[in-house]
Parts: sequence; structure tokens; C-alpha cells
Amino acid sequence: MAFSVTTDKSGVVVVAVDGQLIVGNRQDLKQKVLDALEKGGRKFVIDFTRTGYIDSSGLGVLVSLSKKIRELGGDLRLAGLNEDLQTLFELTKLDTLFSITRTPEEALAAF
Amino acid sequence: MTSPLRVGVRRPPGPEPDIELWLHVPSRLDLVGEAVDLLTAQTARERESALSARQLRFHFRTALAEALANAMTYGNHLDPEKDVEVRIHVGIHQVRVEVIDDGDGFDPDGLPDPSAPENVGREQGRGLFVIRHLADEVTFNAKGNRLCLVFRGQ
Repeated sequence: MAFSVTTDKSGVVVVAVDGQLIVGNRQDLKQKVLDALEKGGRKFVIDFTRTGYIDSSGLGVLVSLSKKIRELGGDLRLAGLNEDLQTLFELTKLDTLFSITRTPEEALAAF
Repeated sequence: MTSPLRVGVRRPPGPEPDIELWLHVPSRLDLVGEAVDLLTAQTARERESALSARQLRFHFRTALAEALANAMTYGNHLDPEKDVEVRIHVGIHQVRVEVIDDGDGFDPDGLPDPSAPENVGREQGRGLFVIRHLADEVTFNAKGNRLCLVFRGQ
């Protein structure tokens, strides 16, 4: 269970969620994104390709980060949701709040 | 650090009775993930046929994480001296989960709909909503400190 942060050549920050994004580790993700914001990053992709499950606390942190990034003129995109995670976003209607792409590559290309 | 979590198992004789699992989890949010992993793995191991792989991986696991976090946070006020008790009855056709905290309970019907357009941008308030969508049956005791979830095999 870990978050890895990489920045591509055009400055987009990609955070990969390995394992789960739940109540016990959501603050780690939040801090990693806030640190990247502090360093000037404004375009973000959260990559869920290797994510098992997300709980409502994890969803809450994504909402919070999305607001923060938008306030600073940036953009947050989500990518790589499996069928379960897609269902979770749909039932909470969060699929209407976020820009979601099938793969992180598509999210990068859309910036 | 050694984990304080140990899953108890009781397997009554015969093929029909429910297998019972139990776990006491101190009210620490950093233990939710491990507790959920342990209980999901043990439930799958005890009786593979009760729930599908997807039900265990998604419905059961997510709802259990929500229920534990809620019980720790709102029931036990994150007091690490207070445990949340989880009891799981693994049947042939269904799995029943009870999550019990030490709190004074609450009114589960008095919560706003987090998926309503005016609430969808809120950061909190989705836990019970998610549980209700993922479990086949959700009930509370009268006091509101014991949540019972039923997942039926498909």
C-alpha cells in the first residue's frame, strides 16, 4: 500500500495508488498532492490502475483535493478505475464531479 | 510493531451451521485496512461458495471498511482503549456481519442523501450511503450501536 508520485515532461503530476485508498492512508495521499501543489504542480492525474478498493473517506479526500487544485487554477483527473471503482463513483454520483479517463495515458493526453 | 489483531473462528460440526468469525479491533483508523484484509481473507477461506469473488472483493470489503471506520469514529470517538467488535456468520447462502461499538448510537434515517446534487461536492457523509448500496440488507439495533449487514450469495 503506497503512493508513488512522478512528474511527466510537461509537468503533469501523476500519483499512483497501489493497494487501497481508505480511512487509514488517505492523509498520506493528501499530503503528497499538497506537497506537489506547493512545488508549483497544477495538473494532476490520480492513477487507480493498481488500486483494490476505495472507501468513502478516500472519496472525500479526492473531493477535497479537487477543490483545492481548482482554487489554484489547476486540474485533477482520475484514471484507471476498475469496474468496482467505477460503480462506486457512479452510485455516489462522483462520476459527475470528476473528469475520469480509462487510462492514465488518456488523462495525460487530454491536458 | 506486532499487530493486535487476531481473528477468532468457531466451526460448529456438520455442514449446515454458520461458521462464526470474530475480531476485536481497537479504535484506530490505521487498523481498518488490516482488519478488513484479515476478515475478507478468512471469510473467503471458510466457505468459498457463499459469496462471489466480486461480492467479497468489492461489496463486502468496502462496506466492512465503512462500517468499521464509522463505529470507531462516531461510536467510540477514536478512543484506542475501546474496541469495535466484528462478528461474521458465514453461511452457505449468505454472510452476515455485525459491527458493534461502545457508543450511544445515532439515528441512521436522519442523514442527508450525499448523492443529491446539492451534496455531491461535500467531503463527508457518504459512509452509510455506500454501505446501504453494497449490502443486501442493513439494519441497526434500537440503540444504533450495532450494525448488521447481510450479503446474499448470487
